Amino acid sequence: MSDIPAAAEAIELRTRRRLRISAALFSGLALLALAVLALAVGQYPVAPADLAAILGHHLLGLPSRAPAAAETVVMQVRLPRVIAALVVGAALSAAGATYQGLFRNPLVSPDILGVSAGAGLGAVLGIYLGLPVAPIQLLAFLGGLGAVAAVYGVGLAVRRHDPVLTLVLAGVAVGAVLGAGISLLKVLADPYNQLPAITFWLLGSLSSVTLGDVAATLPMMLIGLVPLVLLRWRMNLMSLGDAEARTLGVETRVLRPVLIAGATLITAAAVAMTGVIGWIGLIVPHIARLLVGPDYRRLLPASLALGAGYLVLVDLIARNMGTVEVPLGILTALVGAPFFLWLLASGRRGFA
Amino acid sequence: MLLHVRDLAFGYGGRSVGSGVSFDLAAGEVLCLIGPNGGGKTTLFKTLLGLLPARGGRVVLGGTDLSRLSRSAIARMVAAVPQAHAAFFPFTVREVVVMGRASRIGPFAAPGPSDAAAAEKALDALGIGHLADTVYTEISGGERQLALIARALSGEPRLLIMDEPTASLDFGNQARVLGQIRRLAQAGIAVLFSTHDPGHALLCADRLVALHGGRLVADGPSAATVTPALLRLIYGIDVVVAPVPGLAAPVCVPVVD
Repeated sequence: MSDIPAAAEAIELRTRRRLRISAALFSGLALLALAVLALAVGQYPVAPADLAAILGHHLLGLPSRAPAAAETVVMQVRLPRVIAALVVGAALSAAGATYQGLFRNPLVSPDILGVSAGAGLGAVLGIYLGLPVAPIQLLAFLGGLGAVAAVYGVGLAVRRHDPVLTLVLAGVAVGAVLGAGISLLKVLADPYNQLPAITFWLLGSLSSVTLGDVAATLPMMLIGLVPLVLLRWRMNLMSLGDAEARTLGVETRVLRPVLIAGATLITAAAVAMTGVIGWIGLIVPHIARLLVGPDYRRLLPASLALGAGYLVLVDLIARNMGTVEVPLGILTALVGAPFFLWLLASGRRGFA
Repeated sequence: MLLHVRDLAFGYGGRSVGSGVSFDLAAGEVLCLIGPNGGGKTTLFKTLLGLLPARGGRVVLGGTDLSRLSRSAIARMVAAVPQAHAAFFPFTVREVVVMGRASRIGPFAAPGPSDAAAAEKALDALGIGHLADTVYTEISGGERQLALIARALSGEPRLLIMDEPTASLDFGNQARVLGQIRRLAQAGIAVLFSTHDPGHALLCADRLVALHGGRLVADGPSAATVTPALLRLIYGIDVVVAPVPGLAAPVCVPVVD
């Protein structure tokens, strides 16, 4: 008698797994299609046949008769951009999903602990000092890590309050100080050369990203992603809050710094490569949660995939909207904020 | 003895809340803790759970000093049921309940079939199997409390600590939770719970301890310990404790003037 519900459950489990596999396959194909579209569309349109020839030549070693200009546009200009968009979008979204769980707050984005402000100050300092691109990126990366280290240090020193709340408030305060530093450098900077570069960097852009940049930052992101992937079920427990997670047997004093370090490494690497691209890490985890629920075993991969696709799409729009390229931060905010308000007004299941 | 507390001093942030607290709790026993608002009941529970360090004395859990047990070792023995709260993210009831298995699952692992089965068993024991796939944030306060008890049970604990499990529940759900406490004790689980209604101790606790002014002022069988004198001391009001024909336990009502 008891076999019947058990068998039904087994079938249900199998259907669910099959559904999950097909969803993963579908999103992978959709992502690929979007990436190919992004390679073809732009100021210099590339015909589908030429694109196929160029990709066939580089991937499979087939002979190509596509024009040399098309080849340069696709391989030198668009490919680095599309890869960077995939990587940075996925990275910021995964970090955002992690921070939202750790801080139990839907308004949390990857810059909650001052990563962006720290990276911003580092990069702006580099631009102000007239350094070349690589040292600017390094300064941004170190600035981001330094800011979070400072916030975490304050969190450890102040033990009177809930540790999570302390971190958030310390993040606000440290972020304000770093923001003041950025403003000061903007005032001091040369208004004709440096100020536009600073502004552009603070709004985020993929226009000058090279494959070398991607190769240099990708290892950092992958290292940062390791604890997020390994601890993905434990993340569910972290989202219950410190006392409850500890009562359930979770060593939050070990896991929290490890998860924060991972998410921070990811964010700092992303911001160092492309500048500050806001709203993605805030919005994408919400969309992912609407689609697959709050369980991090599904939420993390969903956030990675959606974030990758979202940034490719936004970048595609950014470079095709007009003759002047629109900074990404402006677009992500224009798209993200109304969506966020809709989420808030419709009372969707994204957050309680 | 499952839980052995001797001369315990407790508090937080450098502040002492209570001291000289001693009591024992055996398997299958239900112990009720009463005390006024702000009397330190929650702080005492947090200390017993190892969330706050003891400021003096000893807590021995299953034969080992609490301070020498890891978080997961404590969690395998003791489960805590918080007051019905709003979880932040919209997990399903099943997802919430299986979280009670955390102390039996490796840090990098996810729940497997045996964990799912334990969660299922806990859901059935609480009679909320039909809510398994409902979203936790969308069920009633009473159902949430039952789900949190199921979460605690899924970890197969030997001791259950419940901080005011009946607070914010309606009359019916209070009775259901008290009945559940009795059934847990029959299954051999020790239960320590706090309440604002001394009548709850009469209804389902074997023993009662009372915390007043940072000290235990009473420890004994519920029926003999819930007296007008004790309640007058703790709450500063007159209370009638009277047997009612047909009821096993006396009733306990305040005198309202």
